[in-house]
Amino acid sequence: MGYNQDPNVQPAALSGEVTMPAALAEVEPVQSVRTPAAIEYIATPGASLSAYLRAMKDKKILGDKCPVTGQVFVPPRGVSPVSGQRTTEMVEVADAGYVESFNITRLPIKSRPDLNPPYVSAWVVPDGANVGSISLVAGIEPEDVRIGLRVRAVWKPDDELEESAANILHWEPTGEPDVVLDDLRVIGKPGDAQ
Amino acid sequence: MVESTSDGVLRAPLTLEYPFTRTTGPVVGGFLTGLREGMVLGAKRADGTVLCPPLEYDPISSDPLTELVEVGQSGTVTTWTWNGEPRAQQPFDQPFAWAMITLDGADTPMLHGVFVDGPEAMSTGMRVSLQWKEEREGHIADIAGFVPEEAS
Amino acid sequence: MRDIAVVASMQRQEKSIDNESEVEYMVPLMHGVKESIGITQADVGFTCSGSSDFIAGQAFSFVMTVDGANPVPPISESHVEMDGAWALYEAWVKMQMGEIDIALIYGYSKSSGGSLRDVLATQMDPYYVAPLWPDAFAIEALAARQLIESGKTSMEHLAELASRARDHAASNPNAVRTKAKSVADIMAEAPLMDPLRPSDIPASADGGCALILAAGDRARELCERPAWIRGIDHRTDAHTLGVRDLTTSMSARIAGEQAGVSDDKVDFAELYAPFTTSELVLTEALGLGDDTIINPSGGALSAHTMMASGLIRIAEAAQRITNGDGDRAVATAGSGPNLQQNLVCVLEGE
Repeated sequence: MGYNQDPNVQPAALSGEVTMPAALAEVEPVQSVRTPAAIEYIATPGASLSAYLRAMKDKKILGDKCPVTGQVFVPPRGVSPVSGQRTTEMVEVADAGYVESFNITRLPIKSRPDLNPPYVSAWVVPDGANVGSISLVAGIEPEDVRIGLRVRAVWKPDDELEESAANILHWEPTGEPDVVLDDLRVIGKPGDAQ
Repeated sequence: MVESTSDGVLRAPLTLEYPFTRTTGPVVGGFLTGLREGMVLGAKRADGTVLCPPLEYDPISSDPLTELVEVGQSGTVTTWTWNGEPRAQQPFDQPFAWAMITLDGADTPMLHGVFVDGPEAMSTGMRVSLQWKEEREGHIADIAGFVPEEAS
Repeated sequence: MRDIAVVASMQRQEKSIDNESEVEYMVPLMHGVKESIGITQADVGFTCSGSSDFIAGQAFSFVMTVDGANPVPPISESHVEMDGAWALYEAWVKMQMGEIDIALIYGYSKSSGGSLRDVLATQMDPYYVAPLWPDAFAIEALAARQLIESGKTSMEHLAELASRARDHAASNPNAVRTKAKSVADIMAEAPLMDPLRPSDIPASADGGCALILAAGDRARELCERPAWIRGIDHRTDAHTLGVRDLTTSMSARIAGEQAGVSDDKVDFAELYAPFTTSELVLTEALGLGDDTIINPSGGALSAHTMMASGLIRIAEAAQRITNGDGDRAVATAGSGPNLQQNLVCVLEGE
């Protein structure tokens, strides 16, 4: 019996033709096995994210500035994807901004029992940043959230602040007029590079 | 949760969990069924030798292996090392030796733990016997481990 | 076959890099290697990397590192969950197709945040072995005992290899285990994973390597003495430990034959040998003799950056050829338990 090269012919081992000792003929066969793994690490965030997390403790939001294009990225990663350069300057952006896009989640997530559906996840761009990040938007009916909505950060109480992005509980509407997005700010337009 | 340690570096514990449940197919499933029922199975190759634990395909000829046969529950250590301190995830609660063990009636060795007092009690070629867990579910750790044959 | 050469490389290895993320420490390498030969990402036809999320526990970390390869406008890019040497192989194959002349390759990991020897248990057979969580040192120790008891080596011989690696590492700024230690002192070490002693096991490092491949005349323009890849091949042994002879490496032997290792004298070899025992197995499998200097950098034993160690072997060998330290070198990369997979690369100067 050589290697089976005809893809239409199922190999014998996969077709259930495996023979077992007679003593096992009548027992319920094992068909799956649980092999859970939990691997523990100590995470270190790196220079840029460390500065960002430390500023969070003071209710400040820091971004990375691209040394070539001047674009500001939040949260900072220490590199500008537009120029590929290591960023060297961090700037503070506002804790108010606008919703660039959003979705409404209507199913619960096992790992976040604190989130009660329906809730809104939005791409929030803080004033002063060119690229924002995903955040929760609350204090408004999900159906009323819209692109361009002005929002401000709702921070944890001062005595609960730590080096964590979770210091911002969510963003809520400011009541200001919506931002008009007449031009999609697409990163990567010709001319952005290098 | 986040810690700024003496060297000024932020550190946070991170646990990645994978709740894997794997389907077995008839060969691996057959072996695990055997374990649950207190039997060890190997796969018979075309030349009559037996691979234990069994594989779906012969690693040399690629032939499908479809005949599972019972092998013995004692065997011979072909190599070993000493695991002084059981590591976090290991299903062993005491110091033990890792050993490759060729069970009687099998022609290839399998990896498992051997319980002895210390590395001086281990040697290549020593005879060991399998010890079952009382509650078995069809898992490689249904084998609690091995002990020297005379102690079993 | 097109003539393809290593024309530049940069690496960084430290015991642990605490204050920079992977992307933060890789960007200077990825940029630096291009700057060193006066090219930009616009000159690079293909970018390929090797890394594994399991090492640092960072899901999709390689996606963030791509930002450092300057993907605006979008670049031709690929990633392998293997040592960067396999990324180099992919790039080499792509260059053989004739479409591109320059490739950027990088590999990296930051293993200090986890317990690498335990994380590596996840690469074992998921039904029969991984649920028992044997750590990587234990798996190698099983081979080590067979090597010793079969008479292929001795504790003294392994201690000599360990001592020599430390001596070589002393002149390598990227090595992390550089302190000289005599054979007698290594013989006196208590076993860490019997029979392996602390000096027999790798000095784990955080870091990475970035490397540039260039074809034909482009390589000659960019580098005074390119290190030409004259042969490259990779092979894998069976995954199941019990069906392999752990005292030898058939995959390394075949890859070495395919790459043409024995076609001519080998001046030096950079072997992916995280353990003293792996060096022994590889030296024999590749048929390297006493006239070949083994691991002049100190090797992976002296600094082992998972996912980059193999690429670093190629970089080290190529750099020595470019420097004129020799004319013909062998570099290997490995992956999996007990050197399951081996890549062999033969490099020559003109």
